[in-house]
Amino acid sequence: MARTEAFFDTGLRADGRDPSQLRKISCKVGAFKQADGSAYIEQGKTKILATVYGPQEIRGGKSKVLHDRALINCQFSMAVFCTSERRNRPRGDRKTMELNSMLQQTYEAAIRVELFPRSQIDIFVEVLQADGGVASAAINAATLALIDAGVPMKDYVCACSAAMVDDFPFLDLSHLEEIVVGSMVTFACLPRSKQIVLSEMSGRLHLDYLDKVMDAALKGCEDVFHIMDSIVRSQVAHMAAAMG
Amino acid sequence: MLKTKVFFKKTKRGSVLKVVREHYLRNDIYCGSSGCRHCQENENFKPVLMPDSISKSDLVPLPHYIIPDTNVVLHQISILESPVIHNVIILSTVLQEVRNKSPPAYKRLRDLLANENKRFYIFVNEHHFETYVEQEPGEEDNDRNDRAIRRACFWYQEHLTSVPGKRKRDPNITIVLLTDDRDNREAAIRDGIKAYSTSEYVESLKGHPELQDLVAKIGTCIFIDNKKSVFPDHLPASVVHDGIKQKKYLQGAFQASRENYLEGFVNIEGMEKPVLIQGLSHLNRAVHDDIVAVELLPQNQWSAPSGIVLEEKVDDQGDAVEENEVGEPKDHLSEAQPTGKVVGIIKRKWRHYCGILQPSIIKDRNMHLFIPAERRIPKIRIETRQAETLSKQRIVVAIDSWPRNSRYPLGHFVRALGEVGDKATENEVLLLEHDIPHSHFSEAVLACLPKLPWAIREEDIEKREDLRHLVICSVDPPGCTDIDDALHCRELTNGNLEVGVHIADVTHFIRPGTAIDQEAAARGTTVYLVDNRIDMVPELLSSNLCSLRGNEERFAFSVIWEVNKKAEILSTHFCKSIICSKAALTYEHAQLKIDDSRLNDEVTCSLRRLNSLAKILKKQRMDKGALILASPEIRFEVDSETHDPIDVEVKQLRETNSMVEEFMLLANISVAKKILEDFPECAVLRRHPPPPNANFDPLIKAAKSRGFTIRIDSGKGLADSLDAAVVPDNPYFNTMLRIVATRCMMQAVYFSTGTVQEEDFYHYGLAAPIYTHFTSPIRRYADILVHRLLAASIGSDSTYSHLLDKHTVQHLCNNLNYRHRMALYAGRASAQLHTRLFFKDRIEQQEGYVLFVRKNALVILIPKYGLEGNLFLNRDCEGGTSVQFQFNEEEPSQTCGKVTFRLFDKVIVQISINASNVQHQKMVLKLVHPTVPGFSVPSQDLSKGDVSVSSSEEMAKKRKKKS
Ligand SMILES: [Zn+2]
Repeated sequence: MARTEAFFDTGLRADGRDPSQLRKISCKVGAFKQADGSAYIEQGKTKILATVYGPQEIRGGKSKVLHDRALINCQFSMAVFCTSERRNRPRGDRKTMELNSMLQQTYEAAIRVELFPRSQIDIFVEVLQADGGVASAAINAATLALIDAGVPMKDYVCACSAAMVDDFPFLDLSHLEEIVVGSMVTFACLPRSKQIVLSEMSGRLHLDYLDKVMDAALKGCEDVFHIMDSIVRSQVAHMAAAMG
Repeated sequence: MLKTKVFFKKTKRGSVLKVVREHYLRNDIYCGSSGCRHCQENENFKPVLMPDSISKSDLVPLPHYIIPDTNVVLHQISILESPVIHNVIILSTVLQEVRNKSPPAYKRLRDLLANENKRFYIFVNEHHFETYVEQEPGEEDNDRNDRAIRRACFWYQEHLTSVPGKRKRDPNITIVLLTDDRDNREAAIRDGIKAYSTSEYVESLKGHPELQDLVAKIGTCIFIDNKKSVFPDHLPASVVHDGIKQKKYLQGAFQASRENYLEGFVNIEGMEKPVLIQGLSHLNRAVHDDIVAVELLPQNQWSAPSGIVLEEKVDDQGDAVEENEVGEPKDHLSEAQPTGKVVGIIKRKWRHYCGILQPSIIKDRNMHLFIPAERRIPKIRIETRQAETLSKQRIVVAIDSWPRNSRYPLGHFVRALGEVGDKATENEVLLLEHDIPHSHFSEAVLACLPKLPWAIREEDIEKREDLRHLVICSVDPPGCTDIDDALHCRELTNGNLEVGVHIADVTHFIRPGTAIDQEAAARGTTVYLVDNRIDMVPELLSSNLCSLRGNEERFAFSVIWEVNKKAEILSTHFCKSIICSKAALTYEHAQLKIDDSRLNDEVTCSLRRLNSLAKILKKQRMDKGALILASPEIRFEVDSETHDPIDVEVKQLRETNSMVEEFMLLANISVAKKILEDFPECAVLRRHPPPPNANFDPLIKAAKSRGFTIRIDSGKGLADSLDAAVVPDNPYFNTMLRIVATRCMMQAVYFSTGTVQEEDFYHYGLAAPIYTHFTSPIRRYADILVHRLLAASIGSDSTYSHLLDKHTVQHLCNNLNYRHRMALYAGRASAQLHTRLFFKDRIEQQEGYVLFVRKNALVILIPKYGLEGNLFLNRDCEGGTSVQFQFNEEEPSQTCGKVTFRLFDKVIVQISINASNVQHQKMVLKLVHPTVPGFSVPSQDLSKGDVSVSSSEEMAKKRKKKS
């Protein structure tokens, strides 16, 4: 627990943040022109590119066609150079599979799939650099890419990680902090309706702390929402101005 | 504001990583100075620093705040702790370095920071947007940190003197940088910062000359003119590091020999035998407990421990190394073991040492030699102006450095403890030397206690099972005030028995994370000394609210079994309860009740049932291979007024002792199963590893000397072969063999189940697959953890994150193991201290047995007192005897003329105290019988007053008379 000792001495986390402070978020919507929608996000040193194709016709076997709604196809990959030690492969290991299914679940819940029966929406998420909070940053990036692609959603999907360090909830953990804390949660929610679309937990957390850590994470999601919303609005305004 | 820190790191596999970390800078970090013109408007501003109206220092005329650098905190913390010093700013750069470099200094710094009167303030300069400095290319970490410290000093200077909105300066407070690094000081002065060395500053303090003794002497060896180096150089850290990686050097903890100051061992992980180090220059300034790097000598230079007792001469004042100080290589190499030399120190483990000043031959000198009470620590050279007053006192000294041209390490005086030989002083020494936290409980801890009068409330009754109607009683040693267990046993209508073990519910009062919890966790255990008890929790809890006293309603944590008459467990039930013990009995009292057939009250019947069940349980355990080990435990009868020991006797064991023990074992095992089931990753258990076969060598040899074979293939084999080793003419033989067996054992330890392989959970001594401690939460912190786990597991209490984190739990366990070991040693030392006090003015003749045969001594066990002592042979006695003993290592035996001493031989010895060495008053044994001409002393004249006779019949008579 050496890394959290600093916090008890100074009230600041190892990188100088308050417990409830997010890392610096910056993003660029429409970063990758070939796709229908794309977004590049940096949350601290975690860097992610998300691209969206569709809604489009189902590719491959017709057997996958869903007659009442669109098929969401997520592909999550982590570049071999994204962690400080080179990874063996970008996909197919336990961690990426897990994150893949998390994305899948999240967007099946958030996209208005019933509007596009018999079609397919592809979401590709590529982690360029991983420094903690990969799952939440991936969700945030995909949300922006979906907005860029004009895919109708119930709301923004905003995600944030949190963990308890003693009695204090820490938000948006860096990789260094993730190693130290025993358990971490990631929540994704629809901020305006306060609906939770994803909750994920690693390690064991006592039930007593669940409310506390969940409240903090939802608060974090809300902060993420305000940042993303202002970015989208300013970019739309910018585009509108450019179009005249 | 955001900065990134980039640095390179080598991984364990040897590849180089580039690490990039974010570093946020802030503008909401305040200076902490009360009345600050810039900061006080802010709502989060908390003033800590309060300038004194007048400066205490001659050097700095203005009121000032002190900013120490890292080395000052690390080495001069006793100065910072002095009541004269307050208003100190601790920079986060310094705090971080102290935390990484020295946990003990860090803890003391934390204590200072927590003490409001000291006015210590943490300034997070590393995240302040105006004081953060980036590392320049090629700049060493140290230089960068020094620069950061200077930048912060400069910022403070500007911040405190400037007036917002005005150009004029108001220098009413100034900053003083304390640093013992001359370059840093000069650089600071160039920047316009006041910078002094610790000794300069301390000397300037008005009216506190005593502080000067406390200044650590770092790198100041001016008083040694001797150009000749005594020791070889230590290799630089990088060379040592690479050498260890290439297996050229070995790393381990240095253990100095207690008996021979020119010898030591280094325990290397993965090597069966420790590496032997002999001679001053090979020891090369390693101090007991240091982590060192050793290089093995070529095999033809390997040696064996000399096996002799060698003490440093008292009159040595110089730094010259005498001819004989190179150790004594052993002539025959049959037992040669890996031998090496220390090439570098990886980590110093210096602490504070208790001891006395060596009487100076030259008067009016400030330099003195200090003799530590711990024999394994070398003498320490200190400077003091109070030698005259300190000469009869026990004092505490810290080591500062050990330059290679100094025969002894250099240190400084820390504080005086009191008169030598005074019992209070000696007790204090004992506690300090065993690192036992024994200060009064702090205000913060006492504030956690429940308010009196304390009473059980309605809501407590609702949450607990009401067992007040049960006939519960406790059985403890006489005089026990911290009663943490009570028992009951009743017949059920179905013919089975209900047995209950009720344990004090300490965790009801000690809530996780509170000051009282942290204090208890740090103490780890209550320490029992002969005339004193150092509580783990305050007395209100230990002796009152938690103690299950007779006829008082108390909270308990109960384990209740239904068992049949064959003592087979049919069901187990755990609950928080309220009980009312019907009687608090002593072992003796309980035994009398059981034995007195006229008694038929409920308590007695309950005891009888328990007793008969316990016998079955014990038999079952023994059949499984549990060991009965022996250690001579002695008990002092202490004078109630003076607390001086009046009589010593070996503790008696009654049936009732064993009865209570059986049920405690049963409860512990039941609880262990339950918590392991529910918390497989973080349960706190206790394991006892089987000893490596080599450990048994002395036992096998000892048994062989009387024609017995000891089987060590399994615990059961060992238990059986110990049982079989009985000699009719020496009833004490078996006990002694068990004492020897005890010495072969490993230490049992607490651990977190997530950190150890499941097959290693085994408790060898008890022959139990899993075991834990549940039954003494008043005096053991491990039991508190176990209580919390069990409470969470039955849903009566909640968990908290630290309880479920296996690493935090393991960390706690490591401390508990350390504290328990130290408490054990302290208890033994206390018994020795009282033995010395008991024998101070008397000479006694007693019957004893040879427990070990050493090269120059026989270790004699005196059963009456449970004492063990050395009977030295072949040494220059006062009479200057020329008696020579022949040592036969194989047998082992010592022979002189017609008399041969072998293991377990009966002897008669005379016990007295040699007070010639004030610090180490020793118990001296002299041989009386069998007679060795020129060596043994004549038998005492029995008619004289305070000399007692030793035949056991006489003793029995005496005891009868007394009772
Ligand atoms: Zn200020």
